Amino acid sequence: MTHGTAGLLLLADGRLPAGGYAHSGGLEAAVRTGRVRDTADLGRFLTGRATTTGATNAAFAAAACAALRGAGADAEPGEEQQTLTRLAVLDTELDARTPSPALRRVSHALGRQLLRALKAVNPHPLQQRMQQGPNHPVAFGAGAAMLGLTPVDAARGVLHESVSGPSSAVVKLMSADPFDAYRTIAELRGLLDEIAEDAAGRALDHPEDLPSYGAPLSDHLAEDHETHETRLFAS
Amino acid sequence: MGSENTVEEQGTDTPGARSLRLGVAGPVGTGKSSVIAALCRALSEEMRIGVVTNDIYTDEDARFLKAEGVLPEERIRAVETGACPHTAIRDDVTMNLLAVEDLEQDFAPLDIVLVESGGDNLTATFSPSLVDAQLFVLDVAGGGDVARKGGPGIGRADLVVVNKVDLADHVGVDVPQMVDDATRAREGAPVLALSGKRWGTVEQLCEWVRGLHRRHLSGTHVPTDPGPMAPHFHADEEGGYLHSHV
Ligand SMILES: Nc1nc2c(ncn2[C@@H]2O[C@H](COP(=O)(O)OP(=O)(O)OP(=O)(O)O)[C@@H](O)[C@H]2O)c(=O)[nH]1
Ligand SMILES: [Mg+2]
Repeated sequence: MTHGTAGLLLLADGRLPAGGYAHSGGLEAAVRTGRVRDTADLGRFLTGRATTTGATNAAFAAAACAALRGAGADAEPGEEQQTLTRLAVLDTELDARTPSPALRRVSHALGRQLLRALKAVNPHPLQQRMQQGPNHPVAFGAGAAMLGLTPVDAARGVLHESVSGPSSAVVKLMSADPFDAYRTIAELRGLLDEIAEDAAGRALDHPEDLPSYGAPLSDHLAEDHETHETRLFAS
Repeated sequence: MGSENTVEEQGTDTPGARSLRLGVAGPVGTGKSSVIAALCRALSEEMRIGVVTNDIYTDEDARFLKAEGVLPEERIRAVETGACPHTAIRDDVTMNLLAVEDLEQDFAPLDIVLVESGGDNLTATFSPSLVDAQLFVLDVAGGGDVARKGGPGIGRADLVVVNKVDLADHVGVDVPQMVDDATRAREGAPVLALSGKRWGTVEQLCEWVRGLHRRHLSGTHVPTDPGPMAPHFHADEEGGYLHSHV
């Protein structure tokens, strides 16, 4: 990562005003059902999240970033259409890898919000022509490319969000030391880097060949969470 | 939500060219939803209205307004803000902004979109990037002193509403005094004593909204930011220190 670091920090910052703060990445449901009770559990939860949803999302973010790189203001019209088509295919493929309708809704809502924020934060000609509510990783990857970032950056950013979201939500959900929560992320950094490199290595694969790691229990909990009466986080 | 939306979203940001976006803020339970219901009931013949509600949990406020039957259900949208209701109206308005833009697009042209903030504390105010103007709703049941405490909402919202004045006798609050205190804290800016049970006061509120809407259309209304939390004083052993939140 020799260039674009500042852009990546901007995009992956949980404080970027794109509505991410309203979500716990499935942690609330896991705490409520007694599956996460302490920091050790949180570590296992985050490892599971990074290696399943996180790894899949990282691959799609990297692929979306690769699809858009180079398609700037000076791109040929045909080229631009190709990029948009590829993004749409990636989006459909990711839908197919997200069995929970609740999680699909969340991902599209977050993608739409990110795109809306980036239109104001970092305007780019393709933003108006893109589908307005893509899955979050697709929006993230496209947004990364618009900031001049590379596929591995996009993968890193999405993975960072997938673990930092729950880690900052945890103190609102159970008695947890915020330092312990962030130590958990620190301990995962080797794994996260590995997953990001792997995701970037597949950025040019056919969309249908991208990975589809699943966590059926998370899907099930997400469905249940969507209709739960007293939730602090939307997901 | 969102996935089917492929229509271009363009920030129609010229005031007057789009609806008047009016925020309703104030502490928990002071009557924000009731104020919105009253406005919809009284104004729906003359104005095209949309409503966005914010809730920590689920969509309680939207359900209340739908049950009141003051507007067609599809014009009332709920935004779930998670554990941070104030974030959704100031630090990170994206969810609310999209909800407002969606309403404006789906029911174009609208005259007013009302945005209810999730009940928070005295320091929560709307960012001008989300609304053109805001009401700050207090109630007499919270005690007559609240108005004197000031803060950005009380001090600089476009209008302060002192609600539930029908209860004043029961809670031992002197309404004219409370209105005076608020007016002083606001250096003369408008304060309205309101009760949902007193039609005349609701009509005064409607008049204020009509005036605001006219100024919005003519481009003479200038959105102002009540400002973030003002620096405030914490007592401690050394005699206190000034403290500012960013
Ligand atoms: N007596 C009296 N009660 C009122 C009045 N306005 C509202 N209330 C009651 O006050 C309670 C709270 O009103 P809401 O409109 O739900 O208050 P809110 O500010 O929207 O509440 P949150 O969204 O939970 O923060 C309800 O029981 C209302 O019936 C009023 O003018 N007089
Ligand atoms: Mg309410």
